[in-house]
Amino acid sequence: MKKVIWLIVIGTFVFNYLLAQGEVEMADEMRSNGKIYVVVAVACIVFAVITAYIISVDRKISKLEKSLKKP
Amino acid sequence: MNKKILANWWKALAVILVFYTLIMGFLGPVPTLAILHETIRNLFFHVTMWFGLMIMMIVNLVYSLRFLSKGKLKDDIYAEESATTGMYFGVAGLITGMIWANYTWGAPWVNDPQLNGAAATMLAYSAYFILRNAIEDEQKRAKLAAVYSIFAFVMMIVFIQVLPKLTDTLHPGRGGNPGFNTYDMDSDLRMVFYPAIIGWTLLGTWIMSLRIRLKIIEHQQHIN
Repeated sequence: MKKVIWLIVIGTFVFNYLLAQGEVEMADEMRSNGKIYVVVAVACIVFAVITAYIISVDRKISKLEKSLKKP
Repeated sequence: MNKKILANWWKALAVILVFYTLIMGFLGPVPTLAILHETIRNLFFHVTMWFGLMIMMIVNLVYSLRFLSKGKLKDDIYAEESATTGMYFGVAGLITGMIWANYTWGAPWVNDPQLNGAAATMLAYSAYFILRNAIEDEQKRAKLAAVYSIFAFVMMIVFIQVLPKLTDTLHPGRGGNPGFNTYDMDSDLRMVFYPAIIGWTLLGTWIMSLRIRLKIIEHQQHIN
């Protein structure tokens, strides 16, 4: 009998814990209606432009290095 | 052309990994945690900045030691620019950390050993640049800066790795923090977190290499 009571007590705690986990609010709505892709697309484009900029600077420096080596 | 691609593969890897971080960082599954909610995704953006700083400062230390043993000014340029890049990571880390803290801990700056340690680290490295600017003579400047940077590196390890672990801090994995601890670092997070560290650090390395190359050109111009 004692074991059963313990089982119920522990079970309640575990169940409570699981319930509490489920209650944590996440931005599921944003994910379900697909708006999150807009955010990802914007972030990716911003980073793509930054990358393009870094590449162009890289090339310019390469050119400078070449022109300095020649004479 | 082939040679060019072979030499620059790591730049492509940096870009790919950061894209992966952006896409998976926003879309990937994350553990549901109280207090943090979706802000756990900042792990891929804020925490990686500090890893970037740590790695850049290790580079700084290595080149400072190299300068002290070999005395080549090129190593000093490497050391200076790695520290500069590291500072950019540090500033980004501080600002993103303040934003994150404001929404999870309730204030942008809480009196936490990890935060104060990070600020002290930034100050220690600011002094590195002040020291550099104060000395005119090139050799002297390089030597003093190299010696100081060893000291600054030790300070950084003490301030952000040792002291916060000795006391309670709100940061995860140290002391009591119910919102987030190392056990919450599940495989979903690791899948993005580790590539993110490599990606951001490689991107920083790329920018650092550009700065070094420019500095070398400047230096050559100065001699001519």
